[in-house]
Amino acid sequence: MLNVVNLSKTYRSAQDEVSVLRGVDLRIAAGESVALTGESGSGKSTLLHLIAGLDDADGGEVWIATTQVLGLSDAARATLRRQQLGLIFQQFNLVPSLSVADNLALQARLADRHDPAWQAELVERLGLGEMMKRYPEQLSGGQQQRVAIGRALAVKPALLLADEPTGNLDEATADDVLHLTRDLVARSGCAFLMVTHSARLAAMLDRQVHLHAGRIA
Amino acid sequence: MSRALWILAVLMSHWRRHPMQFATLVTGLIAATALWSGVQALNQQARASYDRAAAIFGGTRTATLIDPAHAVFPQQLFVDLRRAGWPVSPVLEDRVQIGGRSFRLLGIDPVTLPPEAAAISTVGPRQLAAFIAPPGRTLVAPETLQDLGLRDGATPQLNDTVTLPPLQLEPRLAPGVLVMDIGMAQRALNKPNEISRLLVGQQTQGMRPPLESITGSTLQLVQPDAESDLARLTDSFHLNLTAFGLLSFLVGLFIVNSAVGLAFEQRLPTIRTLRACGASLRMLTAVLIAELVAISLAAGLLGLIGGYLIAAALLPDVAASLRGLYGARIPGQLALDPQWWLSGLAMSTLGALAAAASSFVKMARLPVLAAAMPAAWHETQQRWLRLQGGLAMSMIFTAAGMAWFGDSLMSGFALLATLLLGAALALPVVLDATLDMGARWSRGPLINWSWADSRQQLPGLSLALMALLLALAVNVGVGTMVSSFSTTFLRWLDGRLAADVYISATTDAQASAIKAWLAQRHDIDAVLPSGRAEVQIDGAPVEILGLADHATYRDRWPLLQATANVWDKLRDGDAALVSEQLARRLKLDVGGRLPILTPAGPWSLGIVGVYADYGNPKGQFAVNVDAMFEHFPEALRTRFGLRVAPAHIDTVVNALRRQFDLDSRQLADQATVKTESKRIFNRTFAVTTALNAFTLGVAGIALLTSLLTLGNARLPQLAPLWAIGLTRRRLAAIELAKTMAVALVTALLALPLGLVVAWCLIAVVNVKAFGWRLPFQMFPLQMLTLLGVAMVAALCATLLPVLKLARMQPAKLIRIFADER
Repeated sequence: MLNVVNLSKTYRSAQDEVSVLRGVDLRIAAGESVALTGESGSGKSTLLHLIAGLDDADGGEVWIATTQVLGLSDAARATLRRQQLGLIFQQFNLVPSLSVADNLALQARLADRHDPAWQAELVERLGLGEMMKRYPEQLSGGQQQRVAIGRALAVKPALLLADEPTGNLDEATADDVLHLTRDLVARSGCAFLMVTHSARLAAMLDRQVHLHAGRIA
Repeated sequence: MSRALWILAVLMSHWRRHPMQFATLVTGLIAATALWSGVQALNQQARASYDRAAAIFGGTRTATLIDPAHAVFPQQLFVDLRRAGWPVSPVLEDRVQIGGRSFRLLGIDPVTLPPEAAAISTVGPRQLAAFIAPPGRTLVAPETLQDLGLRDGATPQLNDTVTLPPLQLEPRLAPGVLVMDIGMAQRALNKPNEISRLLVGQQTQGMRPPLESITGSTLQLVQPDAESDLARLTDSFHLNLTAFGLLSFLVGLFIVNSAVGLAFEQRLPTIRTLRACGASLRMLTAVLIAELVAISLAAGLLGLIGGYLIAAALLPDVAASLRGLYGARIPGQLALDPQWWLSGLAMSTLGALAAAASSFVKMARLPVLAAAMPAAWHETQQRWLRLQGGLAMSMIFTAAGMAWFGDSLMSGFALLATLLLGAALALPVVLDATLDMGARWSRGPLINWSWADSRQQLPGLSLALMALLLALAVNVGVGTMVSSFSTTFLRWLDGRLAADVYISATTDAQASAIKAWLAQRHDIDAVLPSGRAEVQIDGAPVEILGLADHATYRDRWPLLQATANVWDKLRDGDAALVSEQLARRLKLDVGGRLPILTPAGPWSLGIVGVYADYGNPKGQFAVNVDAMFEHFPEALRTRFGLRVAPAHIDTVVNALRRQFDLDSRQLADQATVKTESKRIFNRTFAVTTALNAFTLGVAGIALLTSLLTLGNARLPQLAPLWAIGLTRRRLAAIELAKTMAVALVTALLALPLGLVVAWCLIAVVNVKAFGWRLPFQMFPLQMLTLLGVAMVAALCATLLPVLKLARMQPAKLIRIFADER
């Protein structure tokens, strides 16, 4: 499903250059869940952003199914994100002026793939039934992240990418959220790549890869 | 399409959660559109009226043949030209008095009238017979009919002897004009076989023999002009109105820019999320533009309704101003064409897009993952300060250049524009430096914080403060100019209205009878005969005023420059006093000569003085009244003034009224004329006062909306102070003091700027626009009042956000620490 080949990325400033990724190779099969670990500044988030087409690489390839992400235009990358990817961030990134129901349906509606039955199942599994009319500011951190997970999965993506999805949550809530995510990923059959600092959470997924000094260790 | 609508729904949801911000945006757009479109409506109405006057029967829009040496020429030349194939049509024109009022009588030949000059269907084939066959028709506009006090079909009389053809209403005719068949006009004016000019049709152009071969050097061809004389003359007035409209439009756009800028920053997280969820940058930009266009169209429509109401309210005063300043007649009913509505909506939309352009550019360059930083909006603006300072300096230097080298009305307005823009751009730089200095000199943590916080708040407030500065400076400038004019005008009026009673008889016979009757009375100190005639100088009409040789004029006539023994030289006959605007227009100086052509032959006048003649749209010069009648034997001798002891004025006026059945237009005492002149003066400047008030009001709204918009964004700065022990009430008091201090500094800077604006208006714009220069005067009380009004406006604008802060629920402040918004 995901094939990253010899991917490199360097950040340049007036003073110096920092090579964050130095030839990263990574493969994830459909239905597989992988944890990406590594110390701060190792390039985990950068790798995730390059896979999602949110940033440009200096070299290498990123294949999602049969599409090479790095050669695409902004509009084509947007289409790819809309149709095939689900993204979950540490900062929840919900739209503050939309209700929980509208936030959940946001990406599915953008992709013209709104499936009421699948959304109803997500609402039930995520325990959001009582909160559909509330706004993000009226929810706790854990509840907000559940909404973000629901939004990412509502489109039935081929690949779910999560950047420290439990970074803002306490341990118990984090476990709860991750179990839920893993179950839903298994139910939808998509590939799952999660960036995390926590070895404990990484161990809950099928496979762990460690990023060190810009390379997969 | 559904994707775009969904994105639009997501973006629009922001406004549901921030209704005050939405109100700010809409208010800015309405304010920007309303005054601009109101002023444009007034200009359009006036220009349509000038066009009406110019287009009918060969005004400046049709090529004409004239005799440059004489007012009229023989009709035989018309016959010769027609026979030679020239498509010419004769016109006879003169001014006539009916019931003590002056009208323009126009005789035309409807049979030969060129189609492009015949704008009225009344003299088309069907009405031709009635127009040319006795008794004929006198075509008049509705306004003229009203001025004459007669009905359709009535037959007015000239000098109680000549009866004009029956009046017929013609709505498309310009006011103040009587149109009839040329044969009847020749009889009425006692100018048989004479014509004033020949209209030249466009057909067969190029195939006719040369003019000189038919008429010799008698006639001269005057090419048509795209712009009428009236339109040219009133350009400065309309430019003035447009400048006010533009100022208000810009102030409105300041509000829009502020609202759109903050809304964009607050919507950055949403935009980021939408992009992460697969909305392309192109679609987001398109949807944001569509949203802004939709809002600006709706707000623009409301603004247009406001503009219509403003125009309707101001039209009577504008009409009075144009009549008073230029003699232009504007109908009192507002009629607007679809172009006005469309251009108003276009201005609103383009203005909104221009105000939002920087936000769109920022979004286009924004990386998808850039963090949302509402505070960065203010920080980025700080970087502009240095650039802004440089721009301000270059603008001020340009203004100085315009003041030094400029020699036209346009350069005068350009001077004002660059000066005001430069000062506005310099304001944030000056305020920043002032606040920085304050912070350096202050002691104590709270005061220090207060200075520093004011500096941080400045970028968000600077547009509103610039609007306040501009509005206030323009108010001070225009107020000073109007007051200077008012003071000078009243003093001038005292000198100019030298006689105690003014009489304008209907006919020469009545004038003689009145003079004979006055000679028998003992309560009349002096009878001061005066006369008026008109000549053409450089193609423009110039008035001649005949003055009696009397101590009244020697003692009181307001002269700006004069030679020694000026009045003795005037009495001798071949000398003239010229009005200031005529002297400037023809570049005449005392000691020079003014040659003119009179019915009695050429007359060379030595210029012995220059006098002020405020409010007269035409050039004028004064000569001895006896010398005038020698050179203009046909000039009416119907006007004269009386010197009467104050105690006898009422008795004399009442006796004259009873004896000769004179109405108020024919007989007036000095006090009545003065009161009427002052009323006209005040009405002339009523528009300026109203526009001043509107502009200041819009600036007040700009300040209020900026403060309300900033209110929420400032909570992260205020919440920590509340947490460490400052009460909400105290925080609110500090906020109030800070904003008022910044507004006060702005208002104080506006005062000297306003005086410079006043100087530009008096010494540059007025001189070019009207031809006269006023003495510059300062009015400290007026400035203090304006300062007070500005501070009250700032207080009103500050109070609402401050009260909101004082009554804010602690929970809202606590939330700042929970999520840092």
